[in-house]
Amino acid sequence: MGNLFVKEKDIVVPGEELAEGMDYLPVSGAFRDGEKIVSTHIGIVAVEGRLVKVIPLRGKYAPKKGDVVIGKVADMTFSNWFIDIDCANSAVLSIKDATEFVERGADLSQFYSFGDMIATRITNVTRGAIDLTMRGPGLRKLGAGRIIRVCSSKVPRLIGREGSMISLIKEKTGCRIVVGQNGVVWIQGEPQNEMAAVEAVEFVNKNSHHEGLTDTVSKFLDDRMKGIAVPKDSFKDDDSFYREPHHEGGYEGRGYRDDRRDRGGFRPPRRDFRDNRGNGGDSRGPPSMYERREMRDTRMRRGFRGGYDSR
Amino acid sequence: MVLKKKTGQAPSKGAKRADGRTADELRPFEAKVGVINRADGSAMFKSGKTIALAAVYGPRELHPKFLQNPEKAVLRCNYNMMTFSGSGERVKPGPSRRSREISMIIEKALTPVLNLELYPNAVIDVYVELLQTDAGTRCAGVTAAAMALADAGIPMKDLVSSVSVGLVNGQIVADLTKEEEDMEGTVDVPTAVLPRTGEFTLLQLDGHMTPEQLQEALELSTKVSQHIYAAQKKALKERYHHA
Repeated sequence: MGNLFVKEKDIVVPGEELAEGMDYLPVSGAFRDGEKIVSTHIGIVAVEGRLVKVIPLRGKYAPKKGDVVIGKVADMTFSNWFIDIDCANSAVLSIKDATEFVERGADLSQFYSFGDMIATRITNVTRGAIDLTMRGPGLRKLGAGRIIRVCSSKVPRLIGREGSMISLIKEKTGCRIVVGQNGVVWIQGEPQNEMAAVEAVEFVNKNSHHEGLTDTVSKFLDDRMKGIAVPKDSFKDDDSFYREPHHEGGYEGRGYRDDRRDRGGFRPPRRDFRDNRGNGGDSRGPPSMYERREMRDTRMRRGFRGGYDSR
Repeated sequence: MVLKKKTGQAPSKGAKRADGRTADELRPFEAKVGVINRADGSAMFKSGKTIALAAVYGPRELHPKFLQNPEKAVLRCNYNMMTFSGSGERVKPGPSRRSREISMIIEKALTPVLNLELYPNAVIDVYVELLQTDAGTRCAGVTAAAMALADAGIPMKDLVSSVSVGLVNGQIVADLTKEEEDMEGTVDVPTAVLPRTGEFTLLQLDGHMTPEQLQEALELSTKVSQHIYAAQKKALKERYHHA
């Protein structure tokens, strides 16, 4: 017979036994060792019928397909940007997945440059390699504003059911806010309003395991916003991604060129790409491995910024 | 193993030690989690006059790239005694043969509880700093590092509780002080135990001891490490209970 050693909402540490017997199943934050179910995280216990899990209170973001995250451009090559999304590995945004058409050999820093923050969606995760896309509602380069970080396991609380918590904070402070699943939050507004929004987000981060949080935050902001004007028509972001169910395989990959054209929306005019290759119209075919290496080396010598054909 | 030549008079079992403790009594100890703000996880463990701080960073990308392991994360531990931490002269700063050894054994003591395959190409950095030392630094370091790893939210199969046991004056005792360690004929046995399963992840021994004495020492270690485990658990939970 199964025995449960802990109660719902108990705080447990790694190695703590949660349950005994085959009647219970470990979901996440726990594992089975013989008869016992043992926690692997410091976190809060959640029991749903036979399922036992531990919701971590701490920890780095674990990338998941379909998540919208906020990342920082850390590096770029000929065809990719490397984005730091605050997890164990950096993510790759290919030029094919940028919003605009990026010509081959173009200087990628014209689109997203070092240090830019972007809201982007994870399309694939395979053993530490993370692919990103900029195609989707609300995905864009984020302009001037504040970046703060909360624990990624508390993001669902910060967004709230159907985005209720985040829209509350947006409405009361009149700020534009984007929350990445990785716990990075971008806030833009009038300086005083920004400060209030930052405090509200930090409030949620600190008190995420309390009941009735939306009401507390509402009261907190009513107090905090006294004497601060809220812009009436504060820009409404397209943040429908908060309400969408998680894209389990919703993004079908890049597909072929032809089916991409059929999807409508803006597409750059088709070009005969052979004439527009970055190496000066020379149509010898794609550069070989050695040529690419040399091109890269030239770029490195010039300090990354200048496009290699900018002379 | 050779029977230890007994020096001085061998005290009867249950006799008090130089500092008034019984054989299985630990020095007064204290555990605290979340002591370093900017670290992903951090902890402090104090045992008598020994104070260890541990800070964990990561998992994060490992640079330079050639150090990366595509199969699993690299656990990188660094043990360091602060210059002012000794009881006598200033400790020479920087790595030494001793600190390299201890860094390695801390790494080996912690690896069995981690699932490093989860983070290919990444690194988990563990920095152990000793503020004040009075023997048992590697044990205090492992104990603090285990709490810091848990605090960093890194999945672990168990915590690691570490304590030194040994032979002093022909008696098996727990948690030796520097004074006891320096006595003629003392054998120091640093150990680390996984409290749930009772497995050992660290066991060092220089000196002479009979197999029976070692057996007794390990049993003592298993017993007293439970006290340390209780303190670790409490410290980790306390961080969230007050809120």
